[in-house]
Amino acid sequence: MSSARDDILGALRCRTGRGPDNAAAACAHVERTILQPRSGPRPSMPEDLVALFVERAQAMISTVDLCPDPAQVPARCARWLREQGLPLDPVVAPSLADLDWRGAGLEVRIGAAGGGDRVGVTGCFRAIAETGTLMLCSGPDSPAVNSLLPETHVAVVPRAHIVADMEAAWQAARAELAVWPRAVNFVSGPSRTADIEQTIVLGAHGPYRVHLLIVG
Amino acid sequence: MYFVDRVRQRLDDTELQRNLKRTRGRNAASRAAAVAAFTDFDAVRTRATEIRASVLRDLDIWLERFEQKAAETGATVLWARDGDEACRLIIDIARRHGVRTVVKSKSMVSEEAGLNAALEQAGIRPVETDLGEYILQINDNEAPSHIIMPVIHKSKEQVSELFARVHGTAPKTDIEDLTREAREKLRPEFLGADMGLSGGNFLIAETGSVAIVTNEGNGRLCTTMPRVHVALTGIEKVVPTLDDLSTLLRILPRSATGQAITNYVSLLTGPKQAGDPDGPEHMYFVLVDGGRADLLGGDFESMLRCIRCGACMNHCPVYQTVGGHSYGWVYPGPMGSVLTPLYQGLDQALDLPQAATLCNQCSVVCPVSIPLPELMRKLREKQVERGLRPWSERLGMRLWAWVAARPWLYAIGSRIAVRYLRWLAEGRDRIQVMGVAPGWTSQRDFPAPAERTFRDLYAAQRRGGRR
Ligand code: SF4
Repeated sequence: MSSARDDILGALRCRTGRGPDNAAAACAHVERTILQPRSGPRPSMPEDLVALFVERAQAMISTVDLCPDPAQVPARCARWLREQGLPLDPVVAPSLADLDWRGAGLEVRIGAAGGGDRVGVTGCFRAIAETGTLMLCSGPDSPAVNSLLPETHVAVVPRAHIVADMEAAWQAARAELAVWPRAVNFVSGPSRTADIEQTIVLGAHGPYRVHLLIVG
Repeated sequence: MYFVDRVRQRLDDTELQRNLKRTRGRNAASRAAAVAAFTDFDAVRTRATEIRASVLRDLDIWLERFEQKAAETGATVLWARDGDEACRLIIDIARRHGVRTVVKSKSMVSEEAGLNAALEQAGIRPVETDLGEYILQINDNEAPSHIIMPVIHKSKEQVSELFARVHGTAPKTDIEDLTREAREKLRPEFLGADMGLSGGNFLIAETGSVAIVTNEGNGRLCTTMPRVHVALTGIEKVVPTLDDLSTLLRILPRSATGQAITNYVSLLTGPKQAGDPDGPEHMYFVLVDGGRADLLGGDFESMLRCIRCGACMNHCPVYQTVGGHSYGWVYPGPMGSVLTPLYQGLDQALDLPQAATLCNQCSVVCPVSIPLPELMRKLREKQVERGLRPWSERLGMRLWAWVAARPWLYAIGSRIAVRYLRWLAEGRDRIQVMGVAPGWTSQRDFPAPAERTFRDLYAAQRRGGRR
């Protein structure tokens, strides 16, 4: 019996008119398309990407704090958690382990979030001004769960990581990442649902709140 | 049961009519606002159409490229000729990995395949985790009525009553409380399940990845927490590059809900890597044909461009009035009226291609420019060719052709008809009750014809001209 794969691809080849005379050319076309990715129309962007990022992130119901001094990140994070009456024991991604969290009065654990964690802290690979979106790449130092399981997600966004659009972010990923990450998660504000009567409710299965600390 | 019979039931269901009315037009308004706020919409739509069409031209090669890349990342790519085969493959995977519970994020192909029933029969417990799909599952596996808002036909009171009955909790009226209740019920399922099953909005040939677009975060949980992840999707979902994905992501959420972007877009590539603290140990793709290959290169190829945004149903006057269940299978609205006969057989969906006014709104809003009314018209032609129309209609058409081919008879006929209609109008310009077909005027008036037919006027003018 022929395999499903052979049957399906066979039917497709028959339908696309594939044959020895055009297969090589089509393969070459496919490889070329991948090697030289072509952008579609990209919205024009203002000079000040940071301002646009902040505006769009707030539109997606993220909260934003500007923190010029990187050393102040733990203190700013602690202050916000206190203001919101949130727990002071976040689980922090290993990529941010060097900051002095305990000095800011936070009972941090460095590592990947579990079901019981209430606040998760992450960095970000890039941030996208067009939509106010974080781009998080999973890896040993950046667990995907920290932005997913806890009810509160705090992300540290270096100003220099803010790019215009998704295409620019992919370009950076292709150039900089030696190993392609298992998960690239684009996060735009707290999780939400509008399934019941199309009424938007925050905190469906992921975080209820997303707070961004823009650094630098 | 025919569409007309299901429709009759739905129109008589006052609760359903109230629910449909509550949200009617809302998605269309959100989309319109999003499109108005995005100056590049038309250009992006053109490019999105081009991307989808270009993949279909070489679909065989794109799929092979995707498969090769996905295999390099450590994922396993499996193929299924139809839904039943997909179910068997997934049950095999589950058995191989000792899976007892499967958490599912939304997959329309899973609905096509009837996966939940198959899993249950095999002793594996499926748990739907999209809030809407969860509501349907605990309501005795009710079918979704919309492809992205599955419980658009329900009121919060109905959900509240259902939760109280199934969860044994006090009834809640607040939608936030209902959402939290579902979250708390489902969180342990995510943490305890052995397998996560997702659909796939796009497959990326460049990286061998699947892209999943969600708002709730359940898609992320299903593909991160369990040991095994299976992405179940149709063979038409490939797009070439991440740049193409970016283009499509500018148009999909805007067309669907009017969002500039969904809360989450996840690009998943292979299983957990060395040193990764999280992610599944095994990743599978199940790529389903299910009638898709047959559409390639034919009259209906453009339907394979569909990105399942739901805009066509959100703008369809028929769908908005009768709701999704009237369409009888998993895909409702205009796209369903085309897909159901194509995937299930023309004789299985006799009146679906007729279930439209051909007002063309759907094709105007479709983000990948699918000419839906034209496709429905083609399906109607095929029905006629295959003699699938009812004998009364065929006889009527034949009679009409016979009369129309005899101008003198036609002239007499139309003169009699005009007299009759004017008699019904009783001197007014509208007919309130159409004598021979009262159903036609039960919701509206029928305009009364002019006193003289076009042919009379034309003949008179010709005479005048000669004079
Ligand atoms: S046919 Fe077009 S409008 Fe309808 S769901 Fe598909 S892509 Fe969206």
